[in-house]
Formats: sequence, structure tokens, C-alpha cells
Amino acid sequence: MFLFVFACFLFGFIFLRAFLLVRKDVTYNEHKEKKYQHVKTLIVIGSGGHTAEMLRLVRSLNPKLYSPRTYILAKGDFTSESKIHVVEEALKCDNESNYNLERIPRSRNVGQSYFSSIFTTLYSILYCIPVMLIQRPNLILTNGPGTCIPICLIAFVMKIFYLCEGTTVFVESVCRVTSLSLSGKILLYFADVVIVQWPELQKKYKKTKYIGRLV
Amino acid sequence: MATGQVLVTVGTTKFDLFISTVCSAEVSRILKRRGYKKLLLQIGNGNIPEVECIEGMDVEYFRFKDSIIQDIQDSSLVLSHAGAGSCLEVLGAKKPLVVVVNEMLMNNHQIELAKQLFTKEHAYYCTCSELKETLVHMNVNSLKPFPSGKPENFANFLNEIFGFNDTFGIS
Repeated sequence: MFLFVFACFLFGFIFLRAFLLVRKDVTYNEHKEKKYQHVKTLIVIGSGGHTAEMLRLVRSLNPKLYSPRTYILAKGDFTSESKIHVVEEALKCDNESNYNLERIPRSRNVGQSYFSSIFTTLYSILYCIPVMLIQRPNLILTNGPGTCIPICLIAFVMKIFYLCEGTTVFVESVCRVTSLSLSGKILLYFADVVIVQWPELQKKYKKTKYIGRLV
Repeated sequence: MATGQVLVTVGTTKFDLFISTVCSAEVSRILKRRGYKKLLLQIGNGNIPEVECIEGMDVEYFRFKDSIIQDIQDSSLVLSHAGAGSCLEVLGAKKPLVVVVNEMLMNNHQIELAKQLFTKEHAYYCTCSELKETLVHMNVNSLKPFPSGKPENFANFLNEIFGFNDTFGIS
């Protein structure tokens, strides 16, 4: 009986918290009281064109404020790795770098069957949990695809239990003018901010933010 | 600066129909009539083109380069596949652009950007079968310049969230 009541309270708490988090609009004042000296940043790197776009955005950040930086990338993605080193070289302050790389298993490989993808995605999610618990970032930056969903979902669940205060920011690709990617549609609910790069998209998805074309 | 060079780029994979369309006698003649003198083809993993040589039109090809920005700068016209990176690079270099879409690609989200560029008159946009027609009727001087993206807006946005703009006196 006690267990039943406890379970009800627990699920009620989880549901209410999740509901409030999904409905919440990140306001500019959310973090101001905290007076950050620097923001621990997690950057999720996808593949190909997504890498180029994300790194262009990272390049614009003040490397002293958004530090340390951890890059999450898929195992076997070496092209992205070399591009990261190039950008970080440019971001060096006083000849010091403040970044590291963390590799996670891919949710799904190109051509992999959807059925087996369920298991590899689950494995990927489980793998990310200790990574996220150790990292506890203040800021998560991502622009999809694939690799970012486990990270963002875990961050959301951690927030439900007050284990993580990180702000999740998803930047939709410049390619997306009239439709959101699948990652974007999912993260409308689970990310704190979804940024789009065309006004047409912002009008279609009112929850998104448009701050001009970024790349 | 009119160099007379037309750059054709297919990106990181291949697009043989595009290359063979450009290398046909008909299209070369159209380009020559418009004053172009050289075709530079970036063919990716595709088949080496069979060029129907026409007089006065030089043809050169290569598969990949680390960066084609110099070739873009050296060209008067670029015919490109619909990859965003490619298109934005050409528009950033302020060169006239014709985006050729690969109809064989399924679920082609690249088309959204190509259509947008066309609608806003920054570039032309067509399929391989429409390329001839597009090249005959295009007016590159009527294309509007494409403003560059501002990644600093992203930095400012994050700075606002974390209260950095106040600290550093930036509004």
C-alpha cells in the first residue's frame, strides 16, 4: 500500500516536472542571478555539413567564457576530429587550450536495419548516461542529427531530477527553410531553445527562435 | 571580373548526369555564345566525362580538392549541385550561381535551400533536363547579392542567456 502511494507520488512528480520543463520558455533572466564566471560547454558534433555549421558557431564564441569545452562525437568520425582541432587552434588564449573530445557509439550506422538500430540506440543512450553525469554541463550545443538525441534526452531526464542545470540549445541547419528536421521536431519538446535560420520556419513553429541567418 | 571560366561542382559524391549534360555539345555551344571560354569540372567519384569537344571551349577536370574556393574566385559562373556548403561558398564569393538539383536523391532536403535562393533571386535553380533552358535565358546581372550569415548573433544570444552582456557592457 505504501509502495503504491509512493509510486503515485513519484510518477506524479516526474510527470509534473516534465510537463513544466516542456512548457517552459527559457528567459534571458534565467541564468543572470548565478553570475557565471565561465560556462561549461558540451558541443555535440554530427557529421559532414552539420560539423561545418556547428564549428562556425563555436568559432564565434568567447573562448574564455565558454570553457571548458567538451566535444561529443561518434566513434570513427575522424574528419570531424581534425576540423575541431583546427577551430580550437584559432580559439587558443594565451597559448592555452581548454577542450577535450569524448567519443560515443553511433545510434545507427548508414544502412543499418531499423530493427537493430533500436538496440544500438539504446546502447548509445546507456553509454551517454555516465558521460553526462560526470560532465554536468551548463550549456549543451547541438545541431543534429542522430548523435544529439541521446545526449539531449538524458539532459532532460537529469533536469527532471534536478541533476543538471544545463541549457540545451539546438540550432537547425541553414538548409532547413520550410521544414524542421526530425531532430528539431523532437527537441522542440526536450531542448530549452530551438533556433531556426529562416523567418519562414519561425512563423511555422512558434516555439522556435529566429535571430537571423547564422552561417 | 570576367574570366570566362565556368566551374562545375558535384560535391563529395558524384552526379554523372549533371556532368554529362554540361559536357554535351548543345550546352557547350550555349556557354560559348554567352562568352565563356573554359569549363572546369569537379567530378567527385563520378565517371570521367566524355566531352563533345567544341572549338574555343577548353575543358579540364579534377576529382577533389581540399578547398575549391580559389577555383570559385577564378570563375565567372558556377554551376553547382545543391549542397548547402557549396552554394554558400559561391554566394559568399559573390559569383553567379546556378544550382542543379539531383532528382535521383530521395528525401532531398537540399532542395529547400535551392528553392529559397531562387525565390529570393540570389541564384538560378533547375534540374539537369532544364539546364539548357536556364542557361539560355538567365540574366546573371539581375541576381541579388546574398548577405552573409552572422554567427556573432549566436554568440550575443548565448551571452544574453548567461548574463555576460551586462558584465561586459555590450547590449
